[in-house]
Amino acid sequence: MAENKHKLLEVKRLTMDFGGLRAVDSVTLEVYEGDIAALIGPNGAGKTTFFNCITGIYNPTKGDILLHPKGLKTRRLNGLKPNKVTEMGLARTFQNIRLFPDMTVLENVMIGRHCRTNSGIFRAIVRGRGVREEEQQIIESSYQLLEKVGLAKFANEFSKNLPYGAQRRLEIARAMATEPFLLLLDEPAAGMNPQETTDLEQLICKISAEGEMAILLIEHDMKLVMNISNSIYVMEYGKKIAEGAPREIKDNPKVIEAYLGEETDA
Amino acid sequence: MTDMLQNFKKSILVSIWFVFLTFPLMVVRVNTMNQVVVWRWTNLVWVAIGSFVLSYLWRYMLARQQVRKKVADEGGEIRSKTQLLLEDMSFRYKAMGIILLAALVFPLVFDTYQSTIMISALIYVVLGLGLNITVGLAGLLDLGYVAFFGVGAYSYALLNHHFDLGFWISLPIGGFLGCLFGVLLGFPILRLRGDYLAIVTLGFGMIFKVVMENWDSLSFGPSGIANIDKPGFFGIDLNLANSTIYIYYIMIGMVIFTILVTTRLRNSRIGRAWIAMREDEIACVAMGIDIARTKLSAYALGAFWAGMVGVLFASKTTFINPASFTFMESAIILSIVVLGGMGSILGVIIGAFFLILLPEYMRAFSEYRMLAFGAAMVLMMIFRPQGIISNLRQTYEYKGSKEKINNG
Repeated sequence: MAENKHKLLEVKRLTMDFGGLRAVDSVTLEVYEGDIAALIGPNGAGKTTFFNCITGIYNPTKGDILLHPKGLKTRRLNGLKPNKVTEMGLARTFQNIRLFPDMTVLENVMIGRHCRTNSGIFRAIVRGRGVREEEQQIIESSYQLLEKVGLAKFANEFSKNLPYGAQRRLEIARAMATEPFLLLLDEPAAGMNPQETTDLEQLICKISAEGEMAILLIEHDMKLVMNISNSIYVMEYGKKIAEGAPREIKDNPKVIEAYLGEETDA
Repeated sequence: MTDMLQNFKKSILVSIWFVFLTFPLMVVRVNTMNQVVVWRWTNLVWVAIGSFVLSYLWRYMLARQQVRKKVADEGGEIRSKTQLLLEDMSFRYKAMGIILLAALVFPLVFDTYQSTIMISALIYVVLGLGLNITVGLAGLLDLGYVAFFGVGAYSYALLNHHFDLGFWISLPIGGFLGCLFGVLLGFPILRLRGDYLAIVTLGFGMIFKVVMENWDSLSFGPSGIANIDKPGFFGIDLNLANSTIYIYYIMIGMVIFTILVTTRLRNSRIGRAWIAMREDEIACVAMGIDIARTKLSAYALGAFWAGMVGVLFASKTTFINPASFTFMESAIILSIVVLGGMGSILGVIIGAFFLILLPEYMRAFSEYRMLAFGAAMVLMMIFRPQGIISNLRQTYEYKGSKEKINNG
């Protein structure tokens, strides 16, 4: 089935060492168009390190990260700066929320538009018609994104004053503003109550259904992962121990062992 | 009510304690010539009343601040009257008109001395607004900002001395040289943050001063450069009073230009990137913003104003030497930005007037002047740590907002 879908991201044998510690050990992963892929594993398995390697925050020790944008030629992401990776069409959110607290909700999303717009210093000073139009267009598109994630009524609030769940959704909106074709969500449901998690689930499904971006997420909430993702990768101690559809993963003995520990009385 | 009583009691205790402490100094005086002891009881009363009032006021203000903090923590927002006034556009335009008019007639009403003081205050307004870009908006601490000011001043002094270049040509040259040095400083410290950044910029400021003091063949060393031309006025020689007025008007123009440009920059795509970088660098780079370029542009554009106003400074004093560009100047400019409110343009302007005019007009208190000045700064930081004008919220017009207005 996956054969006729376009492959967007291809990670080949990615390895990341910190001194003597191998945090990620030759992990291979693929994300296809329209996918909601999930990366799961116990705490400290190297999932966030894996994300940081893909998004350019770390430079991986070994392996290849290949991006195949539709209609464009393949790019290797190793060693690119995070802002270049974002320009290429990969956007992410953070495990511990990293909003711009003293900017308004709308401004937070407007920052996401930065890499898709281009008026420079001198044009900003002169503030001609082109710049004003671009600015207005940034505002409108950012506001539409806020409507999409259900935060329009908070547009002019400082983002630090938002409730927790709303801050998470704002991070997603900010990432979407960079017009990615692959959205990387690092534990989007962490710290959410059941109601907020349900809302988030609907939001992720909605984004995916629009078909403009595939999603790769790290998550601990198994119910959420099983409900929405169509392929799951499991990591433990930096190694990939399983991959497949949700029901295959559910019954995989290795995964059960990783999560629940080895059965001693067998 | 109990709080008030409590404060009252504590203040009385404080006042008694102070009376006790200052008793030997303020009350008893032994006149050794006549072998008599003079008891100055009125002093005792003053100390008692003064310390009581100060202590009570102090406690009252602290209590008020606590209440505010509590409300803010619970998600509520306190919009003070000044803040609401500032967000009212028609009030803003009226106030701006009045201030502009007052600024224009100022030198015609007051004497040369007053105009000179005002010129130096305006110089610091521009310096504050420039540093506000680097420190207030982009969040990059800069303790060597005065070096850029010096670059501007020296570039005009030297160009004038060697090549007889005029003020108006040197003005942009000074600005661009400031810019260039901003980029030069920016490159090595792209990777630094916080404390380390502060130390390197401090060093840069020191280097500038030391080089200017010792490179005799270029800068004429500590003896400085004298006889720098004042700004030309269509080739007419102006007397001292008139040329002061002329420089005053140039300075007003420059301040307006600075305000205009920095406001536009802040409200642009670049300005938003600066603020985002200040708020969270990692999130900022993950959102596709080139940190290196953003940092360099913040340094360069901050330094530009210092370079330009440096040219004016040199032409105003007609003499410069390295002693004008000490760390103290950097510290004062930084205080202007912090005291005024980081990132707030209006705040920085008020801060500059406060910090430059206050010591000037407190000359009446002669030796207590700097003491009172220091105390004012300490009090300010305790009761308004966010600065005189804190972060004003920017609101935008979008389709949704227009519909709301039409429906409501």
